[in-house]
Amino acid sequence: MKVSGKVFKYGDNIDTDVIIPARYLTSADPEHLKEHCMEDIDISFKDRVKPGDIMVAGKNFGCGSSREHAPVAIKASGISLVIADDFARIFYRNSINVGLPILECPEAAQKINDGDEIEADFDTGIITDKTTGESFASKPFPEFIKNIMANGGLVGYTESELKD
Amino acid sequence: MPMTMTQKILADHAGLDSVAPGDLIEAKLDYVLGNDVTTPPAIKVFEKLGVKNVFDKDRVLMIQDHFTPNKDIKSAELNKTMRCFAREHEITHYYELGRKEMGIEHVILPDNGIVLPGDLVIGADSHTCTYGALGSFSTGVGSTDLACAMARGVTWFKVPEAIKVNLRGTLKKFVTGKDLILTIIGKIGVDGALYKSLEFDGEGIKALSMDGRLTVCNMAIECGAKNGIFPVDDVTLKYISKTNLERFAKNSYKVYTADEDAEYSQVLDIDLDDIDLTVALPHLPSNTKKASECIDMKIDQVVIGSCTNGRLEDIGTAAAILKGQKVHKDVRCIVIPGSQKVYRQALDNGWLKDLDDAGCVISTPTCGPCLGGHMGVLAKGERCVSTTNRNFVGRMGDPESEVILSGVPVAASSAILGRIGTPDEL
Repeated sequence: MKVSGKVFKYGDNIDTDVIIPARYLTSADPEHLKEHCMEDIDISFKDRVKPGDIMVAGKNFGCGSSREHAPVAIKASGISLVIADDFARIFYRNSINVGLPILECPEAAQKINDGDEIEADFDTGIITDKTTGESFASKPFPEFIKNIMANGGLVGYTESELKD
Repeated sequence: MPMTMTQKILADHAGLDSVAPGDLIEAKLDYVLGNDVTTPPAIKVFEKLGVKNVFDKDRVLMIQDHFTPNKDIKSAELNKTMRCFAREHEITHYYELGRKEMGIEHVILPDNGIVLPGDLVIGADSHTCTYGALGSFSTGVGSTDLACAMARGVTWFKVPEAIKVNLRGTLKKFVTGKDLILTIIGKIGVDGALYKSLEFDGEGIKALSMDGRLTVCNMAIECGAKNGIFPVDDVTLKYISKTNLERFAKNSYKVYTADEDAEYSQVLDIDLDDIDLTVALPHLPSNTKKASECIDMKIDQVVIGSCTNGRLEDIGTAAAILKGQKVHKDVRCIVIPGSQKVYRQALDNGWLKDLDDAGCVISTPTCGPCLGGHMGVLAKGERCVSTTNRNFVGRMGDPESEVILSGVPVAASSAILGRIGTPDEL
């Protein structure tokens, strides 16, 4: 499975309060959450993001609150993948559970620029920056994680496993 | 294989003789909790899974504290979803506002004697790591994990590596657990303990009260830790003999101790005598400075409360500093006892009168302003000294407002001075 899109680049320690401020947590509806995704640090994100686009950031992405609304908001915005140096542990787990693909790759996180067109292959873990021509290797997803992603998250995956 | 406290608790709950860092295990859970923000999405998942009953109605806890008393119609609907589920499933630990058991989740679980040493707890709230102060393992998860845990009473974990924090000496007057944990976060950074457990040890732990230890473990998440944990000692045993005499008398808790040769990826040696009154400036908890170096920073608001610093000792300290004083004319000082029990005890002790006389506003227990929910949201350009746990951009209101984190003594002194200040300036 491959994804490709334009890069939205952010810095270190992007916390869940800026991904989706608590004042919007009175609803968990993805359509509501995406209207406010990233607005405290990037007010124009929701208007510029297109389906398939990719978020790239530095260290400790998703730190702070355990709100699952954060990966839900990013996914509902159309983001197909988040690449970072590393992720805060609750966010990491929540992302897999809601079916938001995430890859840890410090080299890619450093070298990819805002606005670059990039492609990532979940089977090989290869990330290609089509704007600069550079490629980066990340650890590919194990089979069960790929299946969770393909089923849109842990619930869909559990349902499909129960059917088999 | 030698193990840390965390590793031993995880191994026992997974039915294994030993575990090593990196092992993936499935473990039995003693308690599973959620709040009014995280439980409603979990209920949706729970219903989608088609499960009829929760695994144990005494062990699934639902606490309304974030947007309560409900701030608007949407939050009232959220709460109603949780309330209806709790009633239908006869959830034992679901309380209505104002009841004596009620309050902020991480204040009431230890204080009501629910969590005891050796327990394994997950909660859909990042500050679930608070209960490590009692020698238990607890950590935060999201709503999907909560739903699956509500159904089965088990979840999977990756066994963490550990950082040992060796404490010695004793704390100076007015210096608290909050200053200790802010100092640690300042030293190692907001990702300094990412995925790891933070294990406290050394003769210095004696200097920390149970309320102080709860504050320390509460903020373990702010340096990325999976959990924070203290050894069980006389302070712990005395505390649980008060909170749950029945289980204490029956010995129905388990004391785990780290093996002497347990492996740690890092050891931090901290002399408590060296710790000063500390603040974390915007916009990261690691952006720490001595409070005495920030006394030119004017403020608009003070918040004393939250799952970090809303315990009895905290309200008592605030009252002792503010008694006979007046809150600065340009400051509003919001005091939020963390539970109904804390509120009542503070009332009986005359502390609420002292705080009211000083010009503080006293709120019913709620998370409220900590996450910019209600009861003290900041306008553009405003600055607040707060005993809460996060000072991220927009955390307490407008993205251009500022939160400065501190312990209670600095917050109470700042309320009087109208700027960041310390008790010795009063």
